[in-house]
Amino acid sequence: MAGNIKIRAKSSNGVTTVKALMSHEMETGLRKDKATGEPIPAHFIQEVTGKWNDQVVMTAFWSGGVSKNPYLSFKFNGGEKGESVEISWVDNQGQSESGTAEIS
Amino acid sequence: MIDAKRRTLLKGSLGASAIGIAVSAGLLTPGTVLANWPKDAFAATETDAALNDLLGSASTETSDQVKIKAPDIAENGAVVPVTVETDVAGAKSIAIIAAGNGTPLIASFDLGADAVPFVSTRIKMAKTADVIAVVQTEGGLLSAAKPVKVTIGGCGG
Repeated sequence: MAGNIKIRAKSSNGVTTVKALMSHEMETGLRKDKATGEPIPAHFIQEVTGKWNDQVVMTAFWSGGVSKNPYLSFKFNGGEKGESVEISWVDNQGQSESGTAEIS
Repeated sequence: MIDAKRRTLLKGSLGASAIGIAVSAGLLTPGTVLANWPKDAFAATETDAALNDLLGSASTETSDQVKIKAPDIAENGAVVPVTVETDVAGAKSIAIIAAGNGTPLIASFDLGADAVPFVSTRIKMAKTADVIAVVQTEGGLLSAAKPVKVTIGGCGG
């Protein structure tokens, strides 16, 4: 599942803007399967970490109230072209994913 | 405890036709993986309770220094873009709340030392309600609210 997080990081006037798209169903646990009537188990991203040069810039805690295939944008002071930004997530079932991008 | 659980479940199934909310994700999920994930705050069914669990206080001061951007009308409550930013110095965290959801707390963002107090994401909203942004600063909690009209599936809100 590599490359499952799309990341863009752009530096402008000393501030880097990071935009990311994650691929995740973000299931709340409340919906029912229409065919069987069985509840669909909760499955959503709980924690997202944004790093710049291996240093944590932002940590997000999420519920299933964040939309499917989540979009996240954040900004930080600093960041030079070519430096790396890493985003990783962990969901409530223990699955995880991470991705990196170079600042442009 | 059992009663509370049943109530949440009931509430959940009633609201489920709209858009699910992570009602009692903590209660229903076997074993939360992350220790520091604020389980109680996300399970809270009232905005004040969620804020108390998350930030230790529910006393917020409305501030025009907190800017929240969201649509006036969201045709699809499953995807409502929300952007929060502030020019308050020393913002430590930003929380996003959908006041009308069964469990109102959507997300909480902890800001590192280099972070600019800005976050943007997309959230689910069960019904027409305020989206509330709460910014945690040294001096207390600052908030701003933006009403969003949700029209689900074009059936009117």
